[in-house]
Amino acid sequence: MDKVKQNWVRFLLEIALLVGLFTLIQYGITTRILNQYFQINLTSMCINIILAVSLNLINGFTGQLSLGHAGFMAVGAYTAVVLTTKLDYPFVVGLAGACMAAGTAGFVIGVPTLRLRGDYLAIATLALGEIIRVTLQNIDYVNGPAGISGIHKLTNWPWLFSAVVLTVLVVVNLVNSSYGRAIISVREDEIAAELMGINTTKYKVVAFVIGAAFAGLAGALYGHYFYIIKPETFNFMKSFDILVMVVLGGLGSTTGAIIAAVFITVLTAVLQSFPEIRMILYALILIVVMIYRPQGLMGNKEFSRQTLNRIWGGRK
Amino acid sequence: MLELIQQLVNGLSLGAIYALIALGYTMVYGIIKLINFAHGDVMMVGAFVGFFTVTILGTNIFVAMLAAMLVCAILGIIIDRVAYRPLRNSSRIASLITAIGVSFLLEYLTIFLIGPNQKVFPEAAFTVKAYHVAGLSILNKDVFVFVSAVALMLILQYIIKYTKTGKAMRAVSLDMEAAVLMGISVDKTISITFAIGSALAAAAGVMVGVYYNTINPLMGIIPGLKAFVAAVLGGIGIIPGAMVGGFVMGLLETMVSGYGNSLYRDAVAFGVLILILLIKPTGLFGRDTGEKV
Amino acid sequence: MILLDISKLSKSFGGLSAVLNFNIHMDEHELVGLIGPNGAGKTTVFNLITGVYKPDQGQIMFQGQNLVGMSPHNICVRGVARTFQNIRLFNDLSVLDNVKIACHKQVRYGLLGAILRTPAFFKGEAEIEAEALKFLQVFKLENKKDELAKNLPYGEQRRLEISRALATHPTLLILDEPAAGMNPNETKELMQLIEMVRKEFNLAILLIEHDMSLVMGVCERIYVLDYGQIIAEGLPEEIRNNKQVIEAYLGEEVD
Repeated sequence: MDKVKQNWVRFLLEIALLVGLFTLIQYGITTRILNQYFQINLTSMCINIILAVSLNLINGFTGQLSLGHAGFMAVGAYTAVVLTTKLDYPFVVGLAGACMAAGTAGFVIGVPTLRLRGDYLAIATLALGEIIRVTLQNIDYVNGPAGISGIHKLTNWPWLFSAVVLTVLVVVNLVNSSYGRAIISVREDEIAAELMGINTTKYKVVAFVIGAAFAGLAGALYGHYFYIIKPETFNFMKSFDILVMVVLGGLGSTTGAIIAAVFITVLTAVLQSFPEIRMILYALILIVVMIYRPQGLMGNKEFSRQTLNRIWGGRK
Repeated sequence: MLELIQQLVNGLSLGAIYALIALGYTMVYGIIKLINFAHGDVMMVGAFVGFFTVTILGTNIFVAMLAAMLVCAILGIIIDRVAYRPLRNSSRIASLITAIGVSFLLEYLTIFLIGPNQKVFPEAAFTVKAYHVAGLSILNKDVFVFVSAVALMLILQYIIKYTKTGKAMRAVSLDMEAAVLMGISVDKTISITFAIGSALAAAAGVMVGVYYNTINPLMGIIPGLKAFVAAVLGGIGIIPGAMVGGFVMGLLETMVSGYGNSLYRDAVAFGVLILILLIKPTGLFGRDTGEKV
Repeated sequence: MILLDISKLSKSFGGLSAVLNFNIHMDEHELVGLIGPNGAGKTTVFNLITGVYKPDQGQIMFQGQNLVGMSPHNICVRGVARTFQNIRLFNDLSVLDNVKIACHKQVRYGLLGAILRTPAFFKGEAEIEAEALKFLQVFKLENKKDELAKNLPYGEQRRLEISRALATHPTLLILDEPAAGMNPNETKELMQLIEMVRKEFNLAILLIEHDMSLVMGVCERIYVLDYGQIIAEGLPEEIRNNKQVIEAYLGEEVD
């Protein structure tokens, strides 16, 4: 089979796999084989995947440590909820609005802070994430610290599945392109990249905005599943959770981010009744991974076609 | 007018506490360019050690403070040895991420072992008395905090300026490689830096316990952040800067609390941080040294 | 045709004058050397030209435009490329990717095209791949294209760095101590490489070097820098016999 045909076959196989996965789970949900507990965790898993993959674009591929990702999630959540609950727009408008608002926040925050050096950038993003939270706490229109409750459960499996596929697709396609290489060069050696003609500030902002937009999407989906959103939900602890996923999975591996997101969601569910132990475990994961295996689970390898080929002893 | 001076007096004690904590941040950053995210939590541990010394061993506040300083000095050395030293040659971001991990570890281990509830410093440890001077009300705990803090800072200045250890600390923070070549044990110097910084934070922790009466496992987060901002404000890595920054932050906070909206009190620290980073990241006393290409 | 005209360039770091009243000029296709004892300020000059530092004074006219104040990536887009004294490759990327990044400024599809995987994307990627491979072939690195840059031996890393710089299609190539760490054989190969590059790619080359055999062997003209100032300029022969230059390197003669 020649190369072009091979690629088409692979492409169709991938589509078939995705459709199959979607249908299987949808069937399970409709027939209630998959119970409420499973559905809640499935939702959390999808949201976490979107958060981890989007943060990985910023922290992993661009090498810019952002510690305020929860802030973008908050912007998206609140925007979507206000649009659907207070202004009665349809869900899709809420989702789109969430992405745009969070992306804009990413731009507004990114442009001034991305010229700061590594650790300063991290602290600045942490501070800005907290400023977003405190600001929301003081806005009466969204009920301040009490937050907005009684949000209609508009998030369902088709929306979640589509959002995850969209996020992963956009990030993977972006990374495997000349623009992706430009972004990665910023991580590898920012000065050398500049001197090779890469506008590093522009690409840092691009990655930041796209990452923020998807965090906003995750926030919107979150808000429309868990009934209530409060500023407190989107605090530094949340950013820390997402950071743990990205570090565990491997900074610079989308596959790793997905696997780690799944793992952490499961761990959270298992340790539901022991929140302190969960936090201790997360902290230990972070420390141990950084010291003994800083490349995380996947390093910056992806579960790519090449890997599949090697595993299945495929044709050369 | 009197009101203003009263606020200033309050601000000075708060500022002294922030200055002590800020010193730890600045010394560690100066020597290994690490933002020790866990520093605020070391302060918390110090407060708890002080608390237990007073309640279980029944000592007075000064012994409690010394005990806290000793324990936290050792804690600081252990944290450096276990979590930061392996990453000495890695990127700063790796160290920062690890420091975040250590911070959460300290917090949640404490909650796990001691429980999340706040503990109240017994009245017996430090009976509060008010002095009335020129229409102002000065509490003896204000005096205690301010005087102890200044004393510790003076001792620190002496160590840095006149002892061999201090010289080694200055040398390592200026040029680590050259210091090694001069026969200075860099690891030992770094350990001592952590020890001193942590001891100061512990003292601050006990002072917080005396000053605010209650302590809890998550008490290190906000003051830690504010002290960090203080260190950055003064110029991170610069010791006098941390002292000045601490007092400025303390005074600023009391003013905002007193005259403004106390809901925004914490946000003010974040705001100050962003402003500094955008306008002059090297802080009040800092000088910019570019990267060698 | 004057390509590069630097006048009155000065830069000091906190009171220490690194470069003072620096004036040089270069024509198209010239091969000019910049030599001087260690610490003379040569790399600082390169950093000033490529926009890494901003000068305190002076102008850097390149093809009629003043480069002062331009960001480094814009200077590269204008046609100035460089290599580094301490090699700065993208270590965890493949040899091919290192060069592909340099080809990014010629990318012929947009961000949206990349995300949506349009036909323009596939065409553009194929073009970049072909272009990058071409550069690797010139430097005989094509059979190592999938190796990580950090795994290459030192000499090949240097060649890769030059290859990558060339992929940005410069008019002026700046080489910062390209022969550092090379033995006489490798240096000779490098000299041939530099000659070949100049001819094949039709560009001007400005290089810093300590290895005198290289400098005297390839440079058409030489500037000598000491304590941040030009102390001599001329043909290799003239420089070789210039008393001031000899003193700068070796110190004064003892009577």
